[in-house]
Amino acid sequence: MSSLSLPLPQARPTRRAAFGKIVHNEARLVWRQPTGLIGGIAFPVVLLFIFNAISAFRQPAADLGGLTRLDVYVPILIVFSLGMLAFFSLPVPLASSRELGILRRLSTTPVPPSWLLAAQGVVQLCVALAGVLVILVAGVAILGTPVPKSPGGLVLSLALSIAGLFPIGLVIGAVAPTAGAAGVIGRVVWFPLMFFAGLWLPLELMPGALQAVAKVTPLGASVTAIQGSMQGQFPSVVPLLVLAAYAVVFGFLARRLFRWE
Amino acid sequence: MGTQMMTRNREPGRAAGGAAVEIAHLRKTYGALVAVDDVSFSVAEGEIFGILGPNGAGKTTTVECALGLRSPDAGTIRLLGFDPQTERDKVREVVGVQLQAGALPAKLRVGEILDMYRSFYRDPADIGELVEALGLAAKRNAYYRSLSGGQRQRLSVALALIGRPKIAVLDEMTTGLDPQARRDAWQLIEDIRDRGVTIVLVTHFMEEAERLCDRLALIDKGRIVALNTPADLAALTRGGKTVRFLPSAPFDDRLLTELPEVARVEREGQHVIVTGAGELVNVVILTLAAAGVTARDVRLDSSNLEDAFLRLTARHLHNKEGEMS
Repeated sequence: MSSLSLPLPQARPTRRAAFGKIVHNEARLVWRQPTGLIGGIAFPVVLLFIFNAISAFRQPAADLGGLTRLDVYVPILIVFSLGMLAFFSLPVPLASSRELGILRRLSTTPVPPSWLLAAQGVVQLCVALAGVLVILVAGVAILGTPVPKSPGGLVLSLALSIAGLFPIGLVIGAVAPTAGAAGVIGRVVWFPLMFFAGLWLPLELMPGALQAVAKVTPLGASVTAIQGSMQGQFPSVVPLLVLAAYAVVFGFLARRLFRWE
Repeated sequence: MGTQMMTRNREPGRAAGGAAVEIAHLRKTYGALVAVDDVSFSVAEGEIFGILGPNGAGKTTTVECALGLRSPDAGTIRLLGFDPQTERDKVREVVGVQLQAGALPAKLRVGEILDMYRSFYRDPADIGELVEALGLAAKRNAYYRSLSGGQRQRLSVALALIGRPKIAVLDEMTTGLDPQARRDAWQLIEDIRDRGVTIVLVTHFMEEAERLCDRLALIDKGRIVALNTPADLAALTRGGKTVRFLPSAPFDDRLLTELPEVARVEREGQHVIVTGAGELVNVVILTLAAAGVTARDVRLDSSNLEDAFLRLTARHLHNKEGEMS
């Protein structure tokens, strides 16, 4: 910068640096209180290896269209990871920031408190991508599950899954008065939705009526879309639209319901 | 725009001149509840200004409106000439705030927290100097959760000061501190003022207001009931001080009542109680001595702020902190 330049251009990099610092501290918190890393990455990966140890899971099954149970569980565990992050890792720190008065404190500084939300989103997005990557790599490279056949469809399915699930977490963070309450709501939401994602009984094995319900739930739609992209064809439009609808509705609700104090 | 910003960087708000804080006819209601009603005051640069009143009197609402955190129903507010509603960014750059009962993430280190908040400001303070001044230098690498109550409070003050504010607003900063930590906090506030920072101190703690504030506003039920120096407020309400003594010999009350400093002379058994103002003790003792009477067992009782408050608001301050002292 020449000596003649005004200090004006400094304003923008300064604010970008501030956002970087917020993200950095949020990342430190995720690392130091690793429940999110355990639920979002370690736990699904461990489950994948446990399933692989069961010999019946490695046999191609006629009722799964020739896939093994392990193959079917890869997308389910990816959604397990995304659900954990969306319903716990995202809302709990948000509710906690409000409970501790951090959002209020930020609103007295030149930085708006919405930056903390954005920073949380960035950090959890990184954890989600890491989780998906670790599960896929472990499945394909170590356990020999098939390589996803439609990478473009997979990327789109993952993007819409995150776009549909994260706002649900934001709404939980918006309505929960405390971090503890956010954790309880997250659990109450996560268990039934995870059932519809096929964690206990894969979608393919559910009765028709249950399958129909599952496919309009957020995690069920997410599994359907990811499953579709892994098996070769581009995912069908319905689950993608379902996810997009969740993104719009819960994005709107989160904006309306969020309280800063 | 560019030149404007340059001048502002160097001398925030100086162009406005005069008072650091100016509030006129502030009013804020929540539904049917009138939280703040026609509150007006101004704070000079470099002053420690106290806002004192019982819980629920409207102190925090007044401060929140002043900071632009809430929008008032009526009235004007200027902080160093800036309107906190329309010039938020400028106000936030020059005003540091320590809000009541704020915590921070347990697993962040003191240095990490300071470093982050420092990055929010254009011309921030040096972290090393700040932690030195606040007695937190040894705690830079400590997690927030390991800090004592007093250390957490000082960190909170550090965050209020890290942007090198012209005005620091401290809301109930000593609530919940033990007596030693409270005294340390008072010293700290005086040190901050000595660096040229204007301080607005919100408290429901009498001793604190009396000890620290240059002037203070007594707020009750959303209104300012008195605005003056702590000493004047105390004097105003009881006609000043009281001297109580045991005379060595009988004397005529008129000897004292004729003095301009004396308002009233009463007797309580053998003791004499003289109420008045000014250099009351010296005048009374000298006058008696001239008449050959020695005053023994002399006790001076100046009415304090607590009395003033009770008289002005005709009710007790409802708080546990006050009882502890």
